[in-house]
Amino acid sequence: MITADAVMAVLAGVRDPEIDEPLTDLGFVAGVDVDGSRVDVRLRLPTYFCAPNFAYLMAADALEAVRALPGVVDATVTLDDHFASGEINGAIAGGGRFADAFPGESAGGLGELRALFTRKAFTARQSRMCDRRLRAGRTFDELAALALRDLDDDPDVTRCIALRRQLGIDASTGAPAFVLADGSALEASGLERFMRIARLVRLSLEGNAGLCRSLLATRYGVPGPGDATA
Amino acid sequence: MYEKDGERYFIVDGHVHFWDARPENRNRFGEGFIKSFYDYHRNLGPEEYLWSLEKFEAYSEDDLLHDLFEIGYVDHAIFQPTYLTDFFPGGFNTTEQDAAVAEKHPGLFTANGAFDPRDGKAGLAKLEALHDRYDLKGVKLYTAEWKGASRGFRLDTPETARYLEKVQELGIKNVHVHKGPTIWPLDRDAFDVKDVDGAATAFPELNFIVEHVGLPRLEDFCWIATQEPNVYGGLPVALPFIHTRPRYFAQIIGELLYWIGEDRILFGSDYAIWQPKWLIEKFVDFQIPEDLQSELGLLTTGIKKKILGLNAAKLYDLEVPAAGARAVAPQPASAA
Repeated sequence: MITADAVMAVLAGVRDPEIDEPLTDLGFVAGVDVDGSRVDVRLRLPTYFCAPNFAYLMAADALEAVRALPGVVDATVTLDDHFASGEINGAIAGGGRFADAFPGESAGGLGELRALFTRKAFTARQSRMCDRRLRAGRTFDELAALALRDLDDDPDVTRCIALRRQLGIDASTGAPAFVLADGSALEASGLERFMRIARLVRLSLEGNAGLCRSLLATRYGVPGPGDATA
Repeated sequence: MYEKDGERYFIVDGHVHFWDARPENRNRFGEGFIKSFYDYHRNLGPEEYLWSLEKFEAYSEDDLLHDLFEIGYVDHAIFQPTYLTDFFPGGFNTTEQDAAVAEKHPGLFTANGAFDPRDGKAGLAKLEALHDRYDLKGVKLYTAEWKGASRGFRLDTPETARYLEKVQELGIKNVHVHKGPTIWPLDRDAFDVKDVDGAATAFPELNFIVEHVGLPRLEDFCWIATQEPNVYGGLPVALPFIHTRPRYFAQIIGELLYWIGEDRILFGSDYAIWQPKWLIEKFVDFQIPEDLQSELGLLTTGIKKKILGLNAAKLYDLEVPAAGARAVAPQPASAA
């Protein structure tokens, strides 16, 4: 039997592509209804004007994840309270593409946008991993010499490996621990330069994630985050 | 002028509004728009400064004057118009609305103009007329503005270039760029500020002030600003984090100082979303937390003076009274 918990569990595997965090953690799942083999999911976002391209990706990814759950015969995903709810919900229900939701307003699909933000997510995670080690006294020379197998397991490392696979970057244990977002290797001096920029990417992502959480909390009157920034 | 610990700060609020978002002046998109603004207001501001939604939709001229000049320490405020006529039929916050207030209170305000590159030739004439009437020192561009079937424009197109040529020809110096979501084309990143790069290169005599320092694309903004000396960062949206997430704000301001330096960062409250009074008080009292200082440096009194007013005074040729003109304190400020 399909349970709401099981649906939430698969939705935990769907991320906001812009900030690389699960929809369930962000509070974006407004409701899950299970009726036998039919599942209806409602999503909600922090603002009425959240970017429709990312909103569409989340709804489409959520639908794909729910449909893949064993026993699901029929599934819907709808987006609440958004200026483009009608267009997005229509296109998702019809199995259409993003371009069908907004005819004439986009030049193509969302693959490139998704890839860009996957690279940003990868860069931000690497920045966090790198800064943590620098604070613990490691040098750029030492960090540049590390391989993936030298990194202790933590959520950032696990996620980085998953992101490498998505991006087609070597994720074998002997691969360099820190690389450019396109996978190219870095010398110590290059790593230092890259990390200056990577820190900005991380600040953008973390700031955005924090703002999304607190605006959602304000909008829907649910508990929000405290000042938990690193 | 704001005074604290014997220091005087000349204050230019580089980003204020006087809007009309009453129910009778909006459609459902306008309602969604003002409610989003209100959530920002409720979310990032201190409780004692919170307004009711009704007041937030249409505050009075008295509120504006009181909050900026009577209690808010502001010496000069710059109106940044946002027309949004597809959401608010009578205009959300137009040059005309702003200038009506500015003209009643000489010396307190600068009313900026605006253009929309999708208006073609007629728009060029309109910009010229606006300049004739109001002697514009700057324009504000909201690239996510809807217009009929179009949901935005970019700065690096030939259409926009024709307008920037006109801006330059008219002697208008400052171009404020505000990035919001839903920009055309929808399959691209809505907040991308990369189009500022091309425009800033093509028009080196114009100053491009990117509002909310490009957030949430700080990396793109900093990258562009390091290449283009005529790109500046406005602090609306970034500065209120000083209240809710001070360590986060410290990192942002520290990175901005590293990448673009103390001469190209401008204070702005984004009134009425936030009020200058508490932003200025907190900013003057603020210091980079000790454990981040080796990485991010210090926020000195001199830097604060530049950001709060002296930088904008240069861009807008504002006269700074002698007492507020000195950027460097006689005694070095002690690290908090």
